[in-house]
Amino acid sequence: MWEYTDKVKEHFINPRNAGSIDDADAVGEVGSLACGDALKLFIKLDDSGRIKDARFKTFGCASAIASSSVLTEMLKGKTVEEASKITNRDIARELGGLPKEKMHCSVMGQQALEAALRNLQGLPPVVQDLEGEVVCECFGVTEEQIRKAILENRLDSADDVTHFTKAGGGCTDCLPEIERILDELKGQKPVPEKPSALKKPLTNLQRMQLVTKVIDEEIRPSLKKDGGDIDLIDIDKTKVLVALRGACSGCPSSQVTLKDFVEKKLKDRVDEGISVEEVDS
Amino acid sequence: MKTIYLDNNATTRTAPEVIQEMQPFFGEYYGNPSSMHSFGGYVQQKIALARERVGAGLGCLPEEVVFTSGGTEADNAAIFSAVQAQPDKKHLVTTRVEHPAVLSTMKYLEGKGYRITYLGVDQEGRLDMDEYIDSLQPETALVSVMYANNETGVIFPVPEMAAAARDRGILFHTDAVQAMGKISMSLNDLPVDYLVLSGHKIHGPKGVGALYVRKKSPFRPYIMGGHQERGRRAGTENTTGIIGLGKAMELAMTHLESGNKKMADLRDRLEQELLKSVPRSRVNGENVNRLPNTLNISFSYVEGEAILLLLDQDGICASSGSACTSGSLEPSHVLRAMGVPFTHVHGSIRFSLSRYTTDQEIDLVLDRLPRIIQRLRDMSPFSAGNEPVLPNKK
Repeated sequence: MWEYTDKVKEHFINPRNAGSIDDADAVGEVGSLACGDALKLFIKLDDSGRIKDARFKTFGCASAIASSSVLTEMLKGKTVEEASKITNRDIARELGGLPKEKMHCSVMGQQALEAALRNLQGLPPVVQDLEGEVVCECFGVTEEQIRKAILENRLDSADDVTHFTKAGGGCTDCLPEIERILDELKGQKPVPEKPSALKKPLTNLQRMQLVTKVIDEEIRPSLKKDGGDIDLIDIDKTKVLVALRGACSGCPSSQVTLKDFVEKKLKDRVDEGISVEEVDS
Repeated sequence: MKTIYLDNNATTRTAPEVIQEMQPFFGEYYGNPSSMHSFGGYVQQKIALARERVGAGLGCLPEEVVFTSGGTEADNAAIFSAVQAQPDKKHLVTTRVEHPAVLSTMKYLEGKGYRITYLGVDQEGRLDMDEYIDSLQPETALVSVMYANNETGVIFPVPEMAAAARDRGILFHTDAVQAMGKISMSLNDLPVDYLVLSGHKIHGPKGVGALYVRKKSPFRPYIMGGHQERGRRAGTENTTGIIGLGKAMELAMTHLESGNKKMADLRDRLEQELLKSVPRSRVNGENVNRLPNTLNISFSYVEGEAILLLLDQDGICASSGSACTSGSLEPSHVLRAMGVPFTHVHGSIRFSLSRYTTDQEIDLVLDRLPRIIQRLRDMSPFSAGNEPVLPNKK
């Protein structure tokens, strides 16, 4: 029998916020019936943009239900910005820990939250095969997801990768590939929880180079999937001027895209102080 | 809260008569049965009695019984013995639904260059006899097929399969750990070379089992050392365990008919009532010959570990083939081999009864389980008519 903490047991036996929200502002859905666990997260905002209500529907084991339950408790009262910083480790920590074999349940919570926040930004759900090569065919886990889990959670063995992502937990054919990714990332520093807080201030040149790289490698490919595009027009210290192109330029949600996706991504990846403005060009 | 124990395919309660029989050998009679003095000789006599009891239960000669540390060791010993005795034969036949004691050994031998045929099963858990016959080849060293499946209770046609192997001069091993004491079998009519049983599955103690080796079948010792068990299994005997196993076997034969009828009646009531009261439930292996004590039932859109833990709140012990109970992330290899649909495979529960199971215990399960399923379904994002599109899986 698994050794669950009292808090996991309590949230499993008496889950908080189980159910759905009919007029939710955002819904995030991850997992599948085939994989054995799935979570549908509903979020409702108040007038000031804080999370007024969060509810869940979960198919899964005790730790999946407990992770969902505690996540909804953590979300209530937070701004979207604050909610976006919740990680799987925060969920596990809030539960007083999870057995290592069950860490993927906390990851499912984080992924459902990310999906809900994408939904809030008007972005389409992540389509896995467009986000990177699928390494684990049994559970549909991509290389990108594996890399992220390794770096964020300081994983150093294929077993750990399986516990956090499920990759390698089925036919095991992908274990050599997981080992290869682990070897490749060996020596790389883990992704800190708050990257910008730990970084040294960037020089202007460094900031310009990094903004260009993030737009080219991370932002533009996402927008292109929806028929849009973005051009970097200018950078003035922390003010980034851009022009939206294609489908994005006439999109009613273009300001949401600009602030909640482009600006957020640049804040996360480059500098907390960055602001993004759209200019005609 | 009273424990309602319905996980008897995992292990069974040690019968009070067995405990009573073993008791003096923990303290008063501690002699080594290999010693020349009468103090050890008394223990040796009791081991001989246990061997006779096991032999009588199996319908074989006492000297054909080798006591082991349990079912797993006995399975390993039989398989390794057969391959070592026939070094030129490099092919083995087994099934996809064997216990890990056999499957892991087969995987090991596969790594050593052996070719293994893994026979599949249909949706009811049945083997295809034509596929089996086709798999037998001149270079086949051994067929290893369980007598009855531990998860579903499906009984395989071992007498016919063993006869087909014998006709072709191929050795046959059966893991009868789950079948022993639940169905009638006699080695007089069963043409197998090796048969395995375990003490704790028949209300005996844990840590003891037996391997039947037919008199003229080849055998190579798996554990080497002293001359115990006529040189077939070295090591000072687990005297209390062996004595307990002998008594458990005697009791199993005494209760074979009456106990099994009672179990089957209770199991059938549990099965029929659950199918009636819980919509979208299905029995795995419903339409085939099954052990009288086993019910493997799946409930759509809910997950097995969650069901088990909520049952546990009511003191009800059962088992699940869901992935989350094992940490393997994949649901039961048996249910997957049977092609149980994904809508149901994760929500499988195994109830396994014993001769001690009562009407009142079954009543309590019938009262609690439907409510537990409903509670979890209310929390599930899936429901009938809302099934997600399932990805193709290997």
